[in-house]
Order: sequence, then C-alpha cells, then structure tokens
Amino acid sequence: MIAELGHFSLILALGLGVCLAVLPSIGVYRRHEGLMRLAGSLSAGLFVFLLISFSCLAYAFWDDDFSVAYVARNSNSALPLQFKLSAIWGAHEGSFLLWTLIMGGWTFAVSVFSGGLSVDMRARVLAIMGALSIGFMLFILLTSNPFDRILPVFPADGADLNPLLQDFGLIVHPPMLYMGYVGFAVPFAFAIATLTTGRLDAAWARWSRPWTNVAWAFLTVGITLGSWWAYYELGWGGWWFWDAVENASFMPWLIGTALIHSLAATEKRGVFKSWTVLLAIFAFSFSLLGAFLVRSGVLTSVHAFAVDPERGMFILAFLVLVIGGSLTLYAIKVSGIKSEAGFDWTARETMILANNLLLVTAAGAVLLGTLYPLIYEALTDGKKISVGPPYFNAVFVPLMLLLFAIMAVSPASRWKKTPRETLRRQFPALIGSLIVVASLVLAFATEVSVAVILIDTLALWIVANLVRDLWSKVANKVAKLPALFQQTMSYYGMLLGHLGIAVTIAGVCTTVYYTEEKDLRMAAGDVAELAGYEFRLNAMRQIKGPNYVADQGEVEVFQEGRSVVKLYPEKRFYAVSKNVMTEADIDPTLFRDLFVALGEPVGDDAWAVRIHYKPFVRWIWFGGLLIALGGFCTVLDRRYRAVKRSRQAAVTLGVAA
Amino acid sequence: MSSLNKSLLIPLGIFIVLVVILAGGFGLKDPHFLPSQLIDQQFPDFALSELNDPSRELTADDMRGQVALVNVWATWCPNCLVEHPELLRISRDEGVPLYGINYNDDPFKARQWLVRHNNPFQFNIVDNKGKLGIELGVYGAPETFIVDANGVIRYRHVGPVSRRTWEETLGPIIELLETNPDGIKG
Repeated sequence: MIAELGHFSLILALGLGVCLAVLPSIGVYRRHEGLMRLAGSLSAGLFVFLLISFSCLAYAFWDDDFSVAYVARNSNSALPLQFKLSAIWGAHEGSFLLWTLIMGGWTFAVSVFSGGLSVDMRARVLAIMGALSIGFMLFILLTSNPFDRILPVFPADGADLNPLLQDFGLIVHPPMLYMGYVGFAVPFAFAIATLTTGRLDAAWARWSRPWTNVAWAFLTVGITLGSWWAYYELGWGGWWFWDAVENASFMPWLIGTALIHSLAATEKRGVFKSWTVLLAIFAFSFSLLGAFLVRSGVLTSVHAFAVDPERGMFILAFLVLVIGGSLTLYAIKVSGIKSEAGFDWTARETMILANNLLLVTAAGAVLLGTLYPLIYEALTDGKKISVGPPYFNAVFVPLMLLLFAIMAVSPASRWKKTPRETLRRQFPALIGSLIVVASLVLAFATEVSVAVILIDTLALWIVANLVRDLWSKVANKVAKLPALFQQTMSYYGMLLGHLGIAVTIAGVCTTVYYTEEKDLRMAAGDVAELAGYEFRLNAMRQIKGPNYVADQGEVEVFQEGRSVVKLYPEKRFYAVSKNVMTEADIDPTLFRDLFVALGEPVGDDAWAVRIHYKPFVRWIWFGGLLIALGGFCTVLDRRYRAVKRSRQAAVTLGVAA
Repeated sequence: MSSLNKSLLIPLGIFIVLVVILAGGFGLKDPHFLPSQLIDQQFPDFALSELNDPSRELTADDMRGQVALVNVWATWCPNCLVEHPELLRISRDEGVPLYGINYNDDPFKARQWLVRHNNPFQFNIVDNKGKLGIELGVYGAPETFIVDANGVIRYRHVGPVSRRTWEETLGPIIELLETNPDGIKG
C-alpha cells in the first residue's frame, strides 16, 4: 500500500511538474501576473510530492517490504538500519528518485530565495526547472520504477546491499554528488531564461553566482568523498582511477570551475557574456551526459549501473532535447551581442579567460579520453581499445601546471589592468617557495624528484601569494584585526578555494611520488619493514558482525622500537550476498597513512598481506573539503543578504504607503 | 535572423557529432549479442600470466586441441557467483575444458575468491588491465565463449550460465562441434 502511495505521489508530482512548466510560461506569454505567480506554489507542491514519494520508498526499506522488487534486490532484514536507508540510493532506480527529489529541492529553493528577481524572470526560471523535472520523472515512471512489486510470490528476505556500498562513504557520497549535478540546473535555467528574454545582460550572472557556487561546492564534496571512499573501501589504496564514472563527475566539475570564474567576470565587468551562458549550458549538459554514461551501459565501468538500452535511449533523447534545444536557442539569441569592455593583457579578465580555456580544454580532453573507445570502435568497424591513466595523466597534468601558475599570480590582479609593479611582486615568492620546497625534499625525502620539487613549489607559491594578498589588504590599516573582518566573505571564499587547491596539489604529488607498498606473506609473529616502520602480525582471529563474519588480523606497527599503533584489517564474508570484502585498516595522520589490507589465506596459517606507506595522502581530501568550504563561504557574502534586506525594506515601505 | 553568427553554431555542431557517437556507441549494438564479425574469428592473440602461477605465461595456443568454454569472470561481479555452481558442475560432469579469464580484477582478490568458492577452471588468464577483454568485445562479466579445437570463436553467451543455458544452448553447440567441426556457421 505504502509503495503504491509512493508511486501515486510521483505521478501527482509529474502532473504538478507539467503545470509548473506550462502555466507560468503561458503567464509570461500573455503577461498574466496571476499565472506567473503560480510558479511558486507549484514548485512547493512538486517538492512536497516528490518528498512523499521518496519517504514511501524509505518506509519500504525500513519496513523490509520485500514484495517491492527494488527493496528485495538491495536490502536484507539483517542489514543495519543506516544502510537500509542508504540502500535507497544503492542502485539505479532509487538513486534516480533521489536525483529527482534533489531537482525538486533546488526548484523549491529557487522559488523561496528569489528575492531580487522580477516576477517574470522567476516564472521563466521555475518553468524551465519544472520542464527538466518532467523529463526526470517520466524517466523513472517509464523505465525505472522503484515501486514495482514482485507479486504474488515474493522473497522471504532480500538479496542484501552490495557490501562495497555498506559504508559511511556511500551514505553521503551520492546525495552530495547529485546536489552538485542537479544544482547546475539552476544556472542553466537562469541562462536559458535570460536567452528567452532576449536581453542578455549581466543581471543573470549576479543571480546565478550564489547558486552556482553552492552547487559546485556540493559537487566538490561529492567527488572528494568518492575518492576517499575508493581509497579505504576498495582495498587497493588507490584514490583516483580515471574510470568512466569518475570522469563523469569530474567533467562537470571542471566546467563548473570555469563557470564560477567566468560568472565573476560577467557580473563585475560585463565581459564574456555569451561565453558564460555557453558554460552554464555546458555545466548542466555534462551533468546529464554523466548520468547517460553511468546509466546507459555505453561504457563499461566498475561502478556503472546495470546495462539497459531502453534507459540509455531515453536519456539520449532527453539529452538531444535539452542540450540540442538550448544550444540552438543560444545560436539564435546570442547573435549580435558584442563584448563591450576592453581589457589589458595583464587584467584579471585575461587570467580568467586563460583559466576558462585551460579548464574547458581539460574537460574536453577528459571527454575525449572517456569516449575514445566508442569513437575508435565506430571508425575501425568494431575494434575495441581502452584509454587508461597514461593518456589522462599525459594530457591533464601539463594543463593543470599552467593553470596553477596562473592561479599563483591571479589573486593580486585587478580588473581592466594590473599595474606591472603588482605583477612583478608576485615572483619573489616563487623563488622563496622553490628554496623552501627543495630544502624540505632534500632533508626528508628518500629520493629527490624534480617533478615533486616543481609541483610542490607551485603549490607553495599559490599559498604564499594568497597570504601576501591578504596582508596587502590590511597592512596599511591601523586596526589590523577589524580590517580582516571587513573583507568580504566572497574574498575569503576565494582564499579558501585556492588554498584548498594548493593543499590538494601537494597531497596528490607527494603521494604519487613517495608511496611505498609491499605484498607479503605473513604468519602470526612475522615482521615486515616498510619506509622505516616495522609491521608485526600479532595474531589472526575470527569475529562476527551484524551481517557478516570476518577474519581479523592484529598488526602492530613499530617505529624505532616504539609501538605506534595497532591495526585491525579484516576479510569479511557477507553471508546473504555471498560476497567477500577486504576491509583495510588505516592509521591516518596529517603527514602519512599506514594502510594494511588482508589478502587471502596462503596455507600454514599464513596470510597474504598488503601494506602501504602513503605520505600526505590526507591532504588530497582535506584540500577538497577546503575548496568546498570556500564555495559555501561565498554565499554568506553580505551583498546577498543586502538584497534580502532591501526587499524587506521595500515591503515595509509598501505596507506603510 | 539575418544576423545569425555562424560561429555560434559551433557548439551545436560539436554536440550533434557527440550524439552521433553516443547513439552509434550503443543504439546500433545490442549488448546481448556479439558483433557478428567476431563469430568464426580466431580467438585474439594474447600473452598473459596464469592466476595461481604468475610465472606461467599463457597464449591462445594453450586453448587449442579441444572444444572448450572460456568464461570471463571477476570478483566484483555478483552474477559470476550466481553462475559459479553451474560452472563447477560443468567442469565436473561434462568433460568440457573450462578456461577462465579473470577480467579487470585484483589478482590478489581473485585467488582468494577461487579458494573460497572452489576453482572450476583448468587455468585462469590474468587480464587485470582488461586488454584481452577489450579485444574480445566483452561488455562486462560474466560472459562465456565457445572456442573450437582450432581456436575459433563459435558462440558467445552474455550473462550468467544456468543449467538451462547449458541444456538448451551451450551443450548442444559443443556436441555438434565435437561431432562435426564444420557443421555450423554463425
């Protein structure tokens, strides 16, 4: 009954979505304000019914209703509650319902926080978001209904959630990622709405910026969590694989990063207007493309959902409609618009342009690498190849190094023209950073690598110039601390974001070059040496978890005779799904991780054991979180609150009059 | 729209090319059938190590001499576990050599998987980079190929092998190939 209620709510939400797409549009066309104002309540209704629908699926999981096929396939009565609930988005159908719910959430949020918008613009934006929701809801109802029953004979117990997904990382990773993907629908809707008005001014950039920053920050969190999850859960000690599914989330991130910079230039200086619109279209298009790649089975991947050509066909048709339609609209409406403001080659505009070109090129390169197997197959009549990390690293790394160099110089730049003297002042820090990094590498590293020195120098240079830039803003003030508080939150957001990038660069580069690992055969009492640490396998024992049994090792790690930590890696056997899982144990510290994973028993009570020493690996995710924090910071900027206040003031005045 | 700027159509053009690639990449092929050109072709050449004995190098020649089943599997593939009992039965009861391709997997995990669930394979080709799988046009695991005595691919089955798959398809084809090597085409 509850499942049917969920199904029914979804159908009602679809009805509301259709109304949201149609009625305000008629209102805009006929200049009928009542119809335009309907957009707000329709958005609320859409969100509420999607929420009911989602809650019904959640209830089916909580209630162990195995007559619902989706629940039976992805849950089990012995599964701990938090995993029963995260199992809602553990497979295709439920995860797409979550995606649609989040779409409803963003739509509702736009309708609530649309203070500075005219009634007309608000109606247009919400109608576009409603139209997108229709596509998502039809997709669920027609191809991937999570409420389908197995009746009359349903299984007594469920097939259990894939053990890989029974983990904190999976509870939070997909919602964050989808918040980002779907969040790009907001700048997309603003861009399209602006195109339909035919007045392509800088106003839309001002409205879109906070939304884009938040969506982008969520996407950053999602990607960071995904990488962290892969690291500790897949048991290989890797944190990025250039896998098609990872690329699917990384491409929108790259475009989104270009977009948030380009929006700044459009808002502040009125430049790159049509380019920014195009980027907004691209960012959302790449999100949809990601959904297509993951869910259609075009590309095989370790974490792709089940192959289903029917779903793929639907998404492809949707892509053609949405992206093809918006690019056509773009080509028609943007004609004749010229960028009016000129700028010097030293200007901030130039640096943002370079940032955009590099990021878009990088996204293009990743797209090419991801789709190359398909292209090659088409050109060679069925020969198949795969493009691995060597391609991606070879193309991606040089582009990023250029980008980082620009990043180091850009915070101090000015709009229109940067004084030559200011530019020159950015370079002494490069020499300083080089000296510091080189001496650190010489002092601590086991071997000296030019690449590490080069890349870590760039990272330190970025940080040094950020600090200097902040200092230059308060140096000539008498009261230095209050001056710090006077800087805008947008400025601090930029500082945090760039700092995060520098931290991530340092982490990636140092981990890649200085990781040490060994595969060993160990029995109780055996000792292995790695990177100055001694790992001793004290004992092996059997333990029992809620839905699994495990062999657990106790590995004690010593450094210079002192015990550092005891690690308990496990080999779990999940009884229902009959899956075996490697549960690595990790001793994380700021400067290095010690990572121990159990392999298989190799006879005589000995086990295959894999140990890693990974310096600076935490920095990768810590940097990722800093970047996201920077993105969230920017929306706290006073000027967005100022918009709200002035609106309240206007309302009060209206009442008084 | 006389003022339409042609360069603005470039993004749309790129997108159309992309759609053609995507549609071609999957609309034209049904993932459940082998592209016909691989049927009746030689099994692709390879030189890869054996799972339990990494010092041993396997090549396509190791599969010649008898009609055999070649099964693509991995530890990350739940359906491989579903078909596993049937593979064990085939190797025990049917007298057909069964070779494994451990596809895109961690050899470390794969060895333990076979210890845990028993090993029906005469040998396992370690294809941890997925290269052989790509040449075979593997879409995912599990997939099962029938290769005849001359090393020619005669049939491909996508998805788990069940008792029914054996009785209705794999068994009869193998029997036919054993009695009359040139008797079937395609």
